[in-house]
Amino acid sequence: MIRVVLPPHLRTIARVHGEVELDVDGTISQRSVLDALESRYPELRGTIRDRGTQQRRAFVRFFACEEDLSHEPPDAPLPDAVATGSEPFMVIGAMAGG
Amino acid sequence: MGGVRVLAGTRKGAFVLTSDEKRERWEISGPHFAGWEIYHLKGSPADPDRIYASQSGGWFGQVIQRSDDGGATWDTVGNDFTYDGVPGEHQWYDGSLRPWSFTRVWHLEPSLTDPDTVYAGVEDAALFKSVDGGKEWAELSGLRQHDTGPQWQPGAGGMCLHTIVQHPTDGDRLYVAISAAGAFRSADGGKTWQPINKGLRSGEIPDTDAEVGHCVHRIAMHPSRPDVLFMQKHWDVMRSDDGGDSWHEVSGNLPSDFGFPIDVHAHEPDTVYVVPIKSDTEHFPPDGRLRVYRSRSGGNEWEELTKGLPQKDCYVNVLRDAMAVDSLDSCGVYFGTTGGQVYASADAGDTWAPIVRDLPAVLSVEVQTLP
Repeated sequence: MIRVVLPPHLRTIARVHGEVELDVDGTISQRSVLDALESRYPELRGTIRDRGTQQRRAFVRFFACEEDLSHEPPDAPLPDAVATGSEPFMVIGAMAGG
Repeated sequence: MGGVRVLAGTRKGAFVLTSDEKRERWEISGPHFAGWEIYHLKGSPADPDRIYASQSGGWFGQVIQRSDDGGATWDTVGNDFTYDGVPGEHQWYDGSLRPWSFTRVWHLEPSLTDPDTVYAGVEDAALFKSVDGGKEWAELSGLRQHDTGPQWQPGAGGMCLHTIVQHPTDGDRLYVAISAAGAFRSADGGKTWQPINKGLRSGEIPDTDAEVGHCVHRIAMHPSRPDVLFMQKHWDVMRSDDGGDSWHEVSGNLPSDFGFPIDVHAHEPDTVYVVPIKSDTEHFPPDGRLRVYRSRSGGNEWEELTKGLPQKDCYVNVLRDAMAVDSLDSCGVYFGTTGGQVYASADAGDTWAPIVRDLPAVLSVEVQTLP
């Protein structure tokens, strides 16, 4: 079971409270986790990754295990602690003006 | 109970303002979608309970919301605005070419007859249509793929399709306006388009007969006289009497040659409203006096409307989508400011009062006249 923490705005859109728990097959990577997340909550498509390019949106970051994984390749395995569910994969709205 | 519902989109959420026919006491609900930019929300003329909202932001992109109960509750619908085919390139500010890239939905225009059909004008400029209540969107790509497309370039606010006007009886006839390309007309439901900018004069275009490149800010039509169009552009207020085939200036005695919104009285097709703003860089009312100007003659002769509006130290702007009229017997006129006020007049502009004073900057105002 993969645990995902969403920022408040995306929890509102997905209508979830607290962490999201996902079953993810195969290698646990940013791509496979986000694919599973968007499959469960299609209303999140386009809000984390660009719909066309699948690139991370500029003001969205990915954290786990006290590390910023935002610039890791999307198919790189996530830390074991995320894959085993002991630590969450965190989607963060970057601190920026506005 | 009849009444009006004012839909205000702001920099930090949407607000729904309701009143009875007297339009003296208002209830305010919101913010809906707090923290998000709500460029536009608009109700379906065919079903006033159906409202569409464009929700966007720098962090999480574009979301479209739909309400089926007059704005009390909302559901997320589709946000896939993928351009049809290879997007191509348009001009950037420096004259270089840049690929079309979707940024946001500026304007949502529900069909006059079908609550499930809605048009979306987007940045970079293109027109999309949904026929299933906003779940799926398809580009009407004949517009973006017009021969002049590579010549289009952004205005200061981006290259946005911000105005969509539907002919009241001919569902195939559409008008759109793009900053800074100009106005376009379709006679076949949006498959093919024709620039309709003859007669527009834009100070920074050396070719006075340029087919495109004009910074059109807004177009308005009265449904009883669909061949007459009024336009507020970067320079001047214009009028067409032939469905956009040609335009002539009707700025008359207006105190500036600039402004964003323009609208027409619900029952008097020759009564037109604008809000003069000082350009090019100031973008606030001349002399710090917030004035709506009304022409009862279809342009050229304008009277300033000031009762109830601040006449000193007022330096707000009124954006292109931030004015609307209701269709009660005594036509109500409404506009919102970048200072967060929404002003209403229940007597066609003679007197004004704020409905609310301290919202986030207002981006859009629409009005529904309720049965």
